[in-house]
Amino acid sequence: MRAVIRIASAGAVLLVIYGLSFGVELGFTEYVQRIVLLAGINIILAVGLNLINGTTGQFSIGHAGFMAVGAYGAAFVGVKLAAPIHSVLGPGALANGVIFNLALLAGAFFAGISGLIVGMPSLRLRGDYLAVVTLGFGEIIRILFNNAAFLGSATGYFGDDPSGLPAYTTFFWVFAWVSAIVALIHNLTFSQTGRSLTAIREDEIAAEAMATPTTRLKVTAFAISAATAGIAGGLFAHMQAGVRPEDFRFEKSVDMIVMIIIGGLGSISGAIIGGIFVAASLELMRDLQQYRLVLYALLLVIIMIVRPQGLLGTGELYQLFRRGKPAKRGEGA
Amino acid sequence: MTQFLQQLINGLSLGSIYALIALGYTMVYGILKLINFAHGEVFMVGAYTGYYAAGSLGVATFEARHQSFPLYLALLVLIAAMAAAALLGVAIEFLAYRPVRSAPRLTPLITAIGVSLFLQNAGMLLFSPNPQRYPAILSEVRFEVFGVIVTNIKLTIFAVALCLMLGLHLFVQKTWTGRAMRALSFNIDAAKLMGIDTNRVIRSTFAIGSALAAAGGILFGLDQITINPLMGVLTGLKAFVAAVLGGIGSIPGAVVGGLLIGLAEQLTAGYLSPEYRDAITFVILILILLLKPEGLLGVVRVEKV
Repeated sequence: MRAVIRIASAGAVLLVIYGLSFGVELGFTEYVQRIVLLAGINIILAVGLNLINGTTGQFSIGHAGFMAVGAYGAAFVGVKLAAPIHSVLGPGALANGVIFNLALLAGAFFAGISGLIVGMPSLRLRGDYLAVVTLGFGEIIRILFNNAAFLGSATGYFGDDPSGLPAYTTFFWVFAWVSAIVALIHNLTFSQTGRSLTAIREDEIAAEAMATPTTRLKVTAFAISAATAGIAGGLFAHMQAGVRPEDFRFEKSVDMIVMIIIGGLGSISGAIIGGIFVAASLELMRDLQQYRLVLYALLLVIIMIVRPQGLLGTGELYQLFRRGKPAKRGEGA
Repeated sequence: MTQFLQQLINGLSLGSIYALIALGYTMVYGILKLINFAHGEVFMVGAYTGYYAAGSLGVATFEARHQSFPLYLALLVLIAAMAAAALLGVAIEFLAYRPVRSAPRLTPLITAIGVSLFLQNAGMLLFSPNPQRYPAILSEVRFEVFGVIVTNIKLTIFAVALCLMLGLHLFVQKTWTGRAMRALSFNIDAAKLMGIDTNRVIRSTFAIGSALAAAGGILFGLDQITINPLMGVLTGLKAFVAAVLGGIGSIPGAVVGGLLIGLAEQLTAGYLSPEYRDAITFVILILILLLKPEGLLGVVRVEKV
């Protein structure tokens, strides 16, 4: 019975997104549509990063690197898969959808594997080493892509076709993936594993004493988080006809950190709000581009001093509307 | 053999710059258990202060007349940069780190990242994002020893770094403040109970670490010829890796780590490929985290609840 309800509700969500996509395509200018897509991609990034930075309390500041791995991986696999799948399914929306989603999954796989490679040595130790290793990883991966000839070096990868990568990224696919990933991370966060992750954040030594396999859980959470960043990267790559190493500079990681800190570290709804905020602020601060990062940096420091828990803390938005005091994670939910 | 000696000399001079910066990381980490991400930016501000100080002392007119910049003025530039960076370090500590000192560990870490970003981007607005040619506060003299090219700049870098490190060693071992620093890094609460003004000691730690980074900044400018507002990111990271390699919290460790990282970088650039010179640092970091996380000269500390 529960399975039926689940499948039905998933189908309903997809239908709603499908319906909305017509509205968005008719009602908004191309520029606004782009921002809506970016907001969706940001939500995936923020919710995924929040799993490791917020829920588990291990700080990654190089997630743009995983996003880059996913973007390049999805773009490359998508280009190479196009011919065989078209020959089986013929041209059309179905074949494109299959190619796109396989490509995204491949990107997520590569990003997840690199997450394992980065996470395994650094997560055995105290969390702050992860910050340094991920920062270094983000830089190195960009240098690697900058020098990888088969991926276009510094010019970027645009596929074999002169018109660039096919524009697979539509409103429907972005928000279908947003719902899938939010659901996945939400269920994970509120599962037993999720509580173990929270325990690691609150007190690693105590968690270990309670027989929580801390290293294994940290590495798993980190790999999942890297894989979701990979999905976002794949969506991003197919939104703009190609991937350039320049798109994944340290600034991108900073954007992600701002997203999760504004909303509240450890809050999924907070991460969603932060993702939308950052996408919207690109538009709102269009004339202030060169000041944007200065303002973000100040914002980070001020939030840390004044309200380190962010807008929502570790709570969720819907808890605000419950009767009585908002339930803390772990007390129910 | 000649090539090896050449890389050795270049590596040691680069490594002594890393060592100077690594000292600041290791001192702050030893006391506050905080990775001071803004340290690389203090290094950058130090280099720029030197740049502007040399400019206002008329380095251009000396260059135009093909005269070398007088040594006492060069020393003045160094002192000005060190003083400015010390002030900046103390200001950062007071404004950003002190309010979050007792917060959970993640909060100071994010604050440090924020301060670092702020200084990078403020630097780009103030100093322009374009690289600047560093003024010749020391005119280069080359000489050959057994076929190896040695410049007075490389020797000066090595000598200045050595003097500063010796000075730091004496300071930490022989003065009251130095002893207080060691007490704080051993156990900050016990130090407080012994009547040590921890705020004052932390302030001097930041001042000294930042001044050393500024000296590193000027030496870096002399060595690499150009500076830019983002120079602190990669150099700061490498210096941090140096501190981890030597054993974070250990002052001799930072020196050893810095020299080793400098050597590894030069040897990679010389024998493998210059493209990998930045990557080797992180390979070293991952190896050290896997094999000996406490570092070469560090001590294993059991974490207690």
